[in-house]
Amino acid sequence: MAALETFYEVMRRQGITRRSFVKYCSLTAAALGLGPEFIPQIAHAMETKPRTPVLWLHGLECTCCSESFIRSAHPLVKDVVLSMISLDYDDTLMASAGHQAEAILDEVMEKYRGNYILAVEGNPPLNEDGMYCIIGGRPFVDQLKRVAKDAKAIISWGSCASYGCVQAAAPNPTAATPVHKVVLDKPIIKVPGCPPIAEVMTGVITYMLTFDRIPELDRQGRPKMFYSQRIHDKCYRRPHFDAGQYVEAFDDEGARKGYCLYKVGCKGPTTYNACSTTRWNDGVSFPIQSGHGCIGCSEDGFWDKGSWYARLKDVSGFGIEASADRIGMTAAGVVGAGLAVHAAISALKRARYKGDDV
Amino acid sequence: MAASKPAHMLRDEDLVGTNLEGLKAAPLRARRVTSVYVYEAPVRLWHWTNAGAIVVLAITGFLIGAPPSTLAGEASAHFQMGWIRYLHFAAAWIFAVGFLGRVIWAFFGNIYSRELFYVPVWKLSFWRELWEEVLVYAFVKKYARKFIGHNALAQLTIFLCFTLTGLFMIATGFALYSDGTGIDSWEGRLFGWVMPLLGGNLATHFWHHIGMWVIILFVIIHVYTVTREDISSRQTLISAMINGYRNFRDDSRD
Ligand code: HEM
Ligand code: HEM
Ligand code: SF4
Ligand code: SF4
Repeated sequence: MAALETFYEVMRRQGITRRSFVKYCSLTAAALGLGPEFIPQIAHAMETKPRTPVLWLHGLECTCCSESFIRSAHPLVKDVVLSMISLDYDDTLMASAGHQAEAILDEVMEKYRGNYILAVEGNPPLNEDGMYCIIGGRPFVDQLKRVAKDAKAIISWGSCASYGCVQAAAPNPTAATPVHKVVLDKPIIKVPGCPPIAEVMTGVITYMLTFDRIPELDRQGRPKMFYSQRIHDKCYRRPHFDAGQYVEAFDDEGARKGYCLYKVGCKGPTTYNACSTTRWNDGVSFPIQSGHGCIGCSEDGFWDKGSWYARLKDVSGFGIEASADRIGMTAAGVVGAGLAVHAAISALKRARYKGDDV
Repeated sequence: MAASKPAHMLRDEDLVGTNLEGLKAAPLRARRVTSVYVYEAPVRLWHWTNAGAIVVLAITGFLIGAPPSTLAGEASAHFQMGWIRYLHFAAAWIFAVGFLGRVIWAFFGNIYSRELFYVPVWKLSFWRELWEEVLVYAFVKKYARKFIGHNALAQLTIFLCFTLTGLFMIATGFALYSDGTGIDSWEGRLFGWVMPLLGGNLATHFWHHIGMWVIILFVIIHVYTVTREDISSRQTLISAMINGYRNFRDDSRD
């Protein structure tokens, strides 16, 4: 096997200057929350380590993860990261198509057996032997399993690959299934969101490429550095939450004043993501800043958890739908009335008591 | 007439030599009672602290789910939700530490201090007593047998609706608490696993909320039944939870 190129060599070949390279290293250190003393370490790693190829597969999806990724705020990061991965296989971004493209996949898998990273966008539908998503004439689930077999690690991009997302919404007719339920024997890094934030995506992939290890994950398999706080913890409307100032309807005075969106169903208090710190589109805004509550797009099952405009889901059953409080109050009313009747009967029986039996 | 009265009902002559001498026994419903010490001081202290904590938890918990209407003025002038949550967490700590203390006391207290933590389903007598108690509440039977601790129906209800639900509230509550303190906090390590089990963070809020209604229904029924039993059963209840002594109104065998 020929000597493998280093990251630095790939970048230079792609026309990236030394100066940009050093800038990129300091940006990366900053994005990962590392101190300046890490910059030489990152540079050294990039100069000496053979490049790790990334294969990027697409299943049942809307491609919003790719859309987000290529809009990474800093063009340099995007260029560098893309130059590192787009060389290989990403059927929406690469130039080649058809048999030629599929051949590249086989070639990389062969050449870098056990050494490449598999990034999955979208998920495999399992019903009807997987025929709801066909890539190169074969079910996506086959391709996924085949490429996963010799991968070093897998990145599940977005809520589709991580949790199933909209195509897995009840009753999930195609049996769209998240990656970790299909590939059971590989380390999987979940980067949920619909889509995930560009800076989070590039941050995760840069970390894995430069440090050659998986970032620290939480219980659900998400990188802690981006998913350890809720939207609510860093939301700039939080002072209004604590004060008790809420938007009660989307056209009221509170909405105009930018009060907290808790009462109109904001899922910020239950959503782990970096939106309220990183924001979107070069830090321009994020949903709450634009006046709409968080819908919890990076949480498992967000598509099936009731209204986006109510805090908690309704209780359904017996042909009715009502909030937990409505049900509770009704139950309390029924029990109260029952007890009142019971008390009345008890009192009537008691009235005949002369105090002499027991 | 007097001869047909049960032995524990006193007659005029029984009052001779007591502070009631000279009074009529019948209108006083004078009777001989047996009194037993059931609920030791730690149990009583715990019962009322716990009841107080639950009232605060239910009110503040309800308000966390459905906050009062928006306050006018600058945000810096208010801390309404902040206080509501603060009170909820303060009461939650009292509730949780109290629960732990109550568990510890079960090892040191009398046998009645342990009734809170199990239901003797393996005993035939338990099921018989449970059925009997149901018949009394259905007005089929007039009197149940006497109990020194909880009656079978009470023990079952308290175990299901208080002990288990209370544990559930502590587990889900501290799991939610770890949203604020982080998954690496002790709350996150000890209780964080609860959330994925219940279907995620939002679902944990939901079930924590439902748990509140279970406890509220329990309290409504509990207060009704202890009051009713205190008035018309063969033993006293409320005073037993205040001073520890339970009086039996008759001495007949069951
Ligand atoms: C009998 C006991 C309790 C009751 C009745 C109760 C009730 C409630 C209710 C109704 C909510 C609102 C849920 C929602 O709509 O989102 C809530 C929230 C909460 N409770 Fe409790 N709770 C109890 C015990 C506890 C305990 C022991 C803890 C432990 C620390 C706790 C911590 C919390 C937390 C952290 C929240 C979320 C607050 C927020 O979202 O800002 N609770 N509770
Ligand atoms: C939030 C309110 C309350 C809660 C959560 C609560 C809970 C409990 C629990 C768990 C027990 C069992 C104690 C044990 O076995 O150690 C108990 C017993 C008892 N409680 Fe409460 N209680 C509440 C309010 C009240 C009130 C307002 C009264 C009085 C009117 C009361 C009177 C009693 C009595 C008399 C017993 C003994 C019952 C028996 O002998 O079977 N409780 N309560
Ligand atoms: S707008 Fe949403 S995230 Fe922000 S403080 Fe209110 S509830 Fe929390
Ligand atoms: S604010 Fe919430 S819904 Fe919006 S992108 Fe972020 S996590 Fe998703």
